[in-house]
Amino acid sequence: MNIGYYPGCALHGSSNDYEQSVRACLGALGVNLCELDDWICCGATAAHSLNHKLAVALPARSLAIAERDGYDDLLAPCPMCSAQLIKARTALARDRALREEIAATVELPLEGRTEVLNLIQIFQRIGLERLKSRATRSLNEFKPACYYGCLLVRPPQALRFDDCEHPTSMETLLSELGAAPVEWNFKTECCGAGLTMCNERTVLDLSHKIISNAAAHGANCIVVACPMCHVNLDMKQADIERHYGIRHAMKVYYLSDLVGMALGLHENELGVNRHFVSTP
Amino acid sequence: MARIGVFICWCGENISRHVDVEKLAEQCAHLPGVRCCLTYKYMCSEPGQNLIREKIREERLNGMVVASCSPHMHLKTFRKAAEAEGLNPYLVEMANIREHCSWVHHDVKAATAKAADLIRMAVAKVRRNHALSPIRVPLTKRALVIGGGVAGIQAALDIADAGHEVVLVEREPSIGGKMAGLSETFPTLDCSQCILTPRMVEVGQHPNIRLYTYSDVEAVEGYVGNFSVTIRKRARYVDISKCTGCGACWNACPNKKTPSEFDFGMGKRSAIYVPFPQAVPARPVIDANACTMLTKGKCGLCAKKCAAGAINFKDQDELITEKVGAIVVATGYKLWDIGKEQENAKLAGYGEYGYGTYKDVINSLQFERLVSASGPTGGELRRPSDGAVPKTVVFISCVGSRDNAKGMSYCSKICCMYNAKHTMLYKHKVHDGQAHVFYMDIRAGGKNYDEFVRRAIEQDGAQYHRGRVSKITEENGKLIVRGVDTLAGEPVTIEADLVVLATAMRPADGVETLAQKLNVGYDEYGFLSESHPKLRPVETNAAGVFVCGACQGPKDIPESVAQASAAAGKVQVMFSREEITREPEIASIDERMCAACFTCVRACPYNAIERAEIRDRAGRLIKRTARVNPGLCMGCGTCVAVCPSKSAELEGFTEQQVYAMVESLG
Amino acid sequence: MSNESTNTPKHDAIEQMARELARDCYQCGKCSAGCPVGERMDVVPNRLIRLIQLGHMAKAAAAGAIWECVSCQTCTARCPQNVDCAAIMDALREFSVLRGTASPEQNRTVIFQRAFLDNIRRYGRLNEVELIGRFKTKAFLNDLSIPMLFKDALLGPQMIRRGKFHLRGEKVRDRDVVTRIFEKCNQ
Ligand SMILES: Cc1cc2nc3c(=O)[nH]c(=O)nc-3n(C[C@H](O)[C@H](O)[C@H](O)COP(=O)(O)OP(=O)(O)OC[C@H]3O[C@@H](n4cnc5c(N)ncnc54)[C@H](O)[C@@H]3O)c2cc1C
Ligand code: SF4
Ligand code: SF4
Ligand code: SF4
Ligand code: SF4
Ligand code: SF4
Repeated sequence: MNIGYYPGCALHGSSNDYEQSVRACLGALGVNLCELDDWICCGATAAHSLNHKLAVALPARSLAIAERDGYDDLLAPCPMCSAQLIKARTALARDRALREEIAATVELPLEGRTEVLNLIQIFQRIGLERLKSRATRSLNEFKPACYYGCLLVRPPQALRFDDCEHPTSMETLLSELGAAPVEWNFKTECCGAGLTMCNERTVLDLSHKIISNAAAHGANCIVVACPMCHVNLDMKQADIERHYGIRHAMKVYYLSDLVGMALGLHENELGVNRHFVSTP
Repeated sequence: MARIGVFICWCGENISRHVDVEKLAEQCAHLPGVRCCLTYKYMCSEPGQNLIREKIREERLNGMVVASCSPHMHLKTFRKAAEAEGLNPYLVEMANIREHCSWVHHDVKAATAKAADLIRMAVAKVRRNHALSPIRVPLTKRALVIGGGVAGIQAALDIADAGHEVVLVEREPSIGGKMAGLSETFPTLDCSQCILTPRMVEVGQHPNIRLYTYSDVEAVEGYVGNFSVTIRKRARYVDISKCTGCGACWNACPNKKTPSEFDFGMGKRSAIYVPFPQAVPARPVIDANACTMLTKGKCGLCAKKCAAGAINFKDQDELITEKVGAIVVATGYKLWDIGKEQENAKLAGYGEYGYGTYKDVINSLQFERLVSASGPTGGELRRPSDGAVPKTVVFISCVGSRDNAKGMSYCSKICCMYNAKHTMLYKHKVHDGQAHVFYMDIRAGGKNYDEFVRRAIEQDGAQYHRGRVSKITEENGKLIVRGVDTLAGEPVTIEADLVVLATAMRPADGVETLAQKLNVGYDEYGFLSESHPKLRPVETNAAGVFVCGACQGPKDIPESVAQASAAAGKVQVMFSREEITREPEIASIDERMCAACFTCVRACPYNAIERAEIRDRAGRLIKRTARVNPGLCMGCGTCVAVCPSKSAELEGFTEQQVYAMVESLG
Repeated sequence: MSNESTNTPKHDAIEQMARELARDCYQCGKCSAGCPVGERMDVVPNRLIRLIQLGHMAKAAAAGAIWECVSCQTCTARCPQNVDCAAIMDALREFSVLRGTASPEQNRTVIFQRAFLDNIRRYGRLNEVELIGRFKTKAFLNDLSIPMLFKDALLGPQMIRRGKFHLRGEKVRDRDVVTRIFEKCNQ
């Protein structure tokens, strides 16, 4: 299976462990990731906060490239990217004048045809049955708290993915592979996301609540499908522990880590050894 | 020779502001056939009508046009005035120069020109009108009431007390509706059962009321004054003519785990059950899905215990036909179940409130049962999850109401009141407890209503927070309610033991299907449509069918009862005559021309056209033809439009008349 | 309250957009109730929206709250009137930055996001090392906070050890088109 791939800056930057995980896991499933030629940054929070035109134009350029190169589907494992791409696509689909204006801005024709998928959706495309048939190892030692965060499910009006209040798609996937996901309350609460750098106290507070809630509900790890969530919950966990004087030692995996392990890949192949909590 | 009078109304300023009425009158005076043309400030008023009558007399008019508002508004008025002067009412036409002209066009010149066109058309038409006389049809003086809630009960008793027979159909095993399950009622806090059950007994014993419970309306045929209604009496498995209501059966039944419908799942019942002790009739039914005798052929204990031999496992549904002249619909409401799967994507539900996920998040009717003396906890408030007495309770208003994004856009009207009531009932039961209410506005319009809400706050200490709740989560047996107080401008988090959602009031399930059987309109939410929101509040557009209670829109008990009596009054007005008159403007088919293709039979939305045969004296078939039943035809004209052989004609709107109107514009 | 007359056409356009977005809000407060940082906000979201409805855009944009917002979209997701509250927060930030009314502390966020966009404008993709460097220097010049300057310095070696730092960031081939996109969007 060939599929268009939009890594985004995070996966080509400090979250390259996520890219390693996604590539290894999907590779084992026979998915060939075709990286979009000369893609540009989606603009992230900075663009939609400071310049609403850029917030559409930046993702639109990459969408137009995907269209030009004939990709029907585009995988964007970072939910910030996928949300920005989808929001742009929805805005363009709704408004013809905007579509024309943006096509001129990004200097490529643009219809908004390419569908943007997040990581969970790729696994759903592949199919639970097929995943199960490829699995060589049960995930039964894992009791993950599946954490969706914000941008996988919100705003539901644009994203139309899962139930935005009680999403279950990761749980469904992982329990099929033998894990025992816990029920908990902070599945879609925000971790502070892009404010890691500039508003740390908020990030520490929000992420602390998330980890505590997962622990209180008996989770032995947290599973994410987002590079920013991983940074805040994993990389920042030591800071959180220091700040709140509490020891969590809660491992934080990418969804593709666990799926990869079920497929028989070694942790190191998936980059788990590069996480902070797992390998202090 | 035509002697037509044209009467132009100013409608105060409504028409005269944008239509130059005087100039219009000058122009219209010269139209062919017009004898006189006058204007007046309020044509519908008494002096206005007198003016018309005077002119009819003086000018010996044989046709007239009133140019004013919509015929819906005043056609009857002017036809009556004409009739009083001996002019056949069907020689009166109206030109709607208000809704169709002055209200929508504000350029005086153009509006005046359009008004002239409208009048010219009406004049052209009225010149070709015939005198018609109303159709008379016989009348069955019996009424059907559908739904036995407080509204249906009131309507049935009023009609029965007036001396007419009533057939009351209720789909549950007992009458009583929601009110039978309420604890105490605002604004007086009188006990709901104490005021309702005597009336239920009255229904059960009334010589003029025939009660069908556990029954549905299967089909409705016929027309005003002459309906034929098929009722499906569902298999009850208990012969209520033999049953004494002793209770031996339900005490014996080993299957006691079915959630009670009457308690909205807060309590359990057996497979053979009466929904509540004061039920009318106080006779049980067997739930065929729960009874192991009926599902697996094992058990039969109840039959063994029944001394009266009333139990019959072979019972079958029964179809009964009843003839009635009028129908009152009183099917009431349900609370929106926001937890379950929703019927369409727009009603995405309220995952954020965890209804259906957290046991201690319940809806308001469930709360009523938990504080009701006849409820599953005997009136002691205990929360569903662990039976603890909740010390902090949060009531959330407007759940699913006033929500354009994923709920109903309307206000459910009564929840503000019962929320206040609930905080009081709660405080009266749990003295050291604290009630919180999240609300957007407090809607307490009504006699003694606002005083009641203030009492909840001032005397019973309910804490009101202005704002919606965003999310509820569960943490160590507490429900964490994240709300806001917009007056303080601060988020509010409350750790509650119980959360009560005032979910939107929606029409009862299945009301759309019933409405289609009755040809009654309903709005986008399924509430039945009255024929005029102000002037005909209990009539519907289907002649002889009336509505009352919460099936027409959210209502409390006083309003439901008032409306029920109003509907009963309308039925009595109908029954005060020996026959019914209907408008003669209906279709007829030229049977010589009819090609018997029966396109019209299929097209008629009222099933008013039948297939007929014309035979000679010897009984030999000459030809087949379509034939209109004058009792059923509503004069919609669909048959006229579809008939390929042009054999259908609408009295009062003949092709000749319509062409004349069109030509008058040329 | 700052003087409304300093508005440029661009301000007006953003204000217009914000008022459009805010029009249907009926002040139920659900946005403020669910906001993860509501407790920290000096003016909660529904009040910011109310200010916009009343035409007090500048006053709303001066609130510190708009820099507390983490763009989590919770408000938008749950609004019963389909008001895109998160987009309103964006509009307020855009407006505030155009006017330069943010306080030094809030400015850290502005500086970060500006540096982010600047980075993209030049390379088409994010160069994290450069971004952090620039952000730290600019933020230091803004508030002269030495602890902030060295914050996270400990993480640096950790990240290098985990192979998470690319000292030479990526660049897109067609950087000119990126520059032109920025120019057009800044008009
Ligand atoms: C939590 C709560 C508290 C309340 N408290 C108060 C209060 O304190 N004071 C007050 O004035 N009001 C109160 N009300 C409002 C009150 O319940 C209603 O005003 C009243 O019950 C409406 O009566 P109804 O007969 O129109 O409808 P219902 O009570 O709903 O009765 C309708 C009946 O029709 C039957 N039915 C439905 N469809 C069919 C069908 N197709 N065929 C046959 N039968 C059918 C139903 O089974 C039911 O028996 C409260 C409402 C709620 C939700
Ligand atoms: S035991 Fe027989 S008589 Fe008694 S309530 Fe049951 S069915 Fe009726
Ligand atoms: S036969 Fe059915 S209703 Fe009767 S006792 Fe047994 S289970 Fe109950
Ligand atoms: S009556 Fe009150 S609680 Fe009910 S929908 Fe209306 S405003 Fe909301
Ligand atoms: S949730 Fe929506 S309607 Fe309610 S206050 Fe916020 S923006 Fe306004
Ligand atoms: S987007 Fe901003 S304002 Fe809205 S809920 Fe999230 S943090 Fe609060």
